[in-house]
Amino acid sequence: MSANTGALWEHYENLEQQHEANVLGMWVFLATELLIFGALFTGYAAYRAQGDYSASFEHASSKLNLGIGAVNTVVLLTSSLTMALAVRAARLGRRRALVVLLLLTALFGTVFMGFKAVEYYEDYEKKLVPGLAFDPEEWRHGPVKPGPVQLFLMFYYVMTGLHAVHLTLGIAIMLTLAVMAGRGSFSPRWYAPVDIWGLYWHFVDVVWIFLLPLLYLIGTHGKF
Amino acid sequence: MSIITSPFRPQGIALAPAPGPGRRPVHYLNAAYGVRSWLLTTDHKRIALLYLVSLTLMFIIGGLAATLIRLDLLTPSNKMMHADTYNKMFSAHGIIMIFFFLVAAIPAVFGNFFLPMMIGARDLAFPRLNLASWYVYVAGAVMILWVIFGGGVDTGWTFYTPYSSKSSHTQVLPTLVAAVLAGFSSVFTALNLIVTTHRLRAPGMTWFRLPLFVWSMYATSFIVLLATPVLAMALILVGVERACGVGIFDPALGGDPVLFQHLFWFYSHPAVYIMVLPAMGVVSEIIPCFARKNVFGYGFIAFSSIGIAVVGFLVWAHHMFVAGISVYAALIFSLLSYLVAVPSAIKVFNWTATLYRGSVSLQTPMLCCLGFIGLFTMGGLTGLFLAALAVDVHVHDTYFVIAHFHFIMVGGTVMAYMGALHYWWPKMTGRMYPEGLGRIAAVIIFVGFILTFLPQFVLGYLGMPRRYHFYAPEFQVLNVLSTAGASILAVGYALPLTYLLWSLRWGEKAGPNPWNATGLEWQTPSPPPPHNFAETPVVTCGPYEYTLQEEAASVG
Repeated sequence: MSANTGALWEHYENLEQQHEANVLGMWVFLATELLIFGALFTGYAAYRAQGDYSASFEHASSKLNLGIGAVNTVVLLTSSLTMALAVRAARLGRRRALVVLLLLTALFGTVFMGFKAVEYYEDYEKKLVPGLAFDPEEWRHGPVKPGPVQLFLMFYYVMTGLHAVHLTLGIAIMLTLAVMAGRGSFSPRWYAPVDIWGLYWHFVDVVWIFLLPLLYLIGTHGKF
Repeated sequence: MSIITSPFRPQGIALAPAPGPGRRPVHYLNAAYGVRSWLLTTDHKRIALLYLVSLTLMFIIGGLAATLIRLDLLTPSNKMMHADTYNKMFSAHGIIMIFFFLVAAIPAVFGNFFLPMMIGARDLAFPRLNLASWYVYVAGAVMILWVIFGGGVDTGWTFYTPYSSKSSHTQVLPTLVAAVLAGFSSVFTALNLIVTTHRLRAPGMTWFRLPLFVWSMYATSFIVLLATPVLAMALILVGVERACGVGIFDPALGGDPVLFQHLFWFYSHPAVYIMVLPAMGVVSEIIPCFARKNVFGYGFIAFSSIGIAVVGFLVWAHHMFVAGISVYAALIFSLLSYLVAVPSAIKVFNWTATLYRGSVSLQTPMLCCLGFIGLFTMGGLTGLFLAALAVDVHVHDTYFVIAHFHFIMVGGTVMAYMGALHYWWPKMTGRMYPEGLGRIAAVIIFVGFILTFLPQFVLGYLGMPRRYHFYAPEFQVLNVLSTAGASILAVGYALPLTYLLWSLRWGEKAGPNPWNATGLEWQTPSPPPPHNFAETPVVTCGPYEYTLQEEAASVG
């Protein structure tokens, strides 16, 4: 895919067919991704629905840093905006704008990861990491019990960790696309890679939109 | 019988030009030579062969484990291996055969090779992803072999907690990684097959002109895509539990082991259909060809594949009737399990109706398919026993269950795999296998299979539990019968391995269409040229126009 004319793979009839196949492939892949996170959401829901677990879940949730969670949500939503604008720039053949927007998207992703790293470190200092830094005795009062608390925290780490892995991959892809765009690999006739990885980026954002209430907001009952 | 004479050959297909004197035709095998040309290939046909070789190796290793299990079970006590070794052996057998053979077998070899050809495409939609899927598979396979030969794993293929978390001191983590890798390799293949079916069909290849094999691959791919990630996540959670010492599925720490079973079977029950639907697709191709009749009830067979895929997602908890789930849930899952038998039965009736008044010829592929129908029907009907709540409580975790799913997976899928291998061998290699030996092998496999697994139904009904190393002495006669059958089965599998390799060099030249079959894959030379067709075919009729072909032949 070095030049516009060389973008057509030999087993496709034309670029339109190839573009459609790429987009469909990404949607199908995202269906798989959805089920990966779906398994986690199901596990989370199954535990939280048990009557005596919800108090522990909410209590543990209130210990997370809602401020960082909120800022990160804004950062990530902004990155979705730059991503959408990048796809538009690609469609219109604006090479410079495309490169800048892809780099901005990667930058916002990196900022998110930076905040997340700070937050993880803070969680560690607050002894919120079962198996590593966690004191069961701290979590034994009223309806709160250490078992459900460590369950909630494990779901928090696995869910946000998996999300972070996806985001890291996304950042690497954005940088690759930016280099390709700089070299002129895309044209208004062939920009499927920007299009499909845009879908991927939005998917990763949408997952975060679900993680925010599940992990951060359930602990805010009665606080506002 | 080399070139078909049917007037119903789809228009616009030029058989590759006859080679001039002294010039050999270019096909996918001689288009390039050298290790690099294989390991870096993006040709779906070459990748299919890579898969065929690696799957055969895994099948042999899984088969050796089974052999040792059966030898060990010859005697009720005085064992040839230690109980721990026995646990590792049945785990190795299950993990290899399911994750590294059956799930990939037909889609990755025959789906990969023939789905693009059947729909008139030059390759799969994403050739590099296709190659990546093989590498991911190999990475998983190397990892599991490293585990098995480096000490083994004793969790069973089901990885139930706490067997896989607290109480196992074997190499569980790398095993989990290997299974997840195998899963993702199948996801890549499935993604490719779905997009190819949607976007790369030749002109005139409408949905209802698709060969039924393509329909079944399509349904299978959907199951793979939607079920595999759930298994991957469940296994990752077990890995997290082991690695971090936390209790996601540990009741002592607030977790619930039954949740693991739910997540596991949400994949692993549909996985049964991942394994058997492709086999049904193979049978739907072979039966019309060797009965010289249009397939009976095309629409019913096509939609029953979709029906199995959908309902198959809603029956997983029938593996958990004794695991403490609510009686109402058990009731509904029991009912749905009965329901999923309906589309399977539709297929069996349609195949039988296709045979009715056909001019049946009993070549090796057909013998395998007839074997499939018989064994699959027995496996399916005993599945209904297990779907019944009260009976399941009696035979749960006994050899009855073992026999039931081996009838489906070995009697069904492996039998169809053998049929597919013989049916398409001439196309893949350009050579015929020895027909007489092929028929003998098919019969040996059938007899060996019955002798191995029929006694296990009785064993299970009498109460012999699965996975036990020692057993009560009164079960010995049936166990000896089963082991004797397994040795016959081993001969049946070794035979094709030998003569198929032999045929590569000394087999008779096959010609483009030795079976006089109608599918697009037969309208091109054997072995096919690198891009399958000299020019893109234009399709003007359905895939099984045998009746018209036969009439034309008898008139002309």
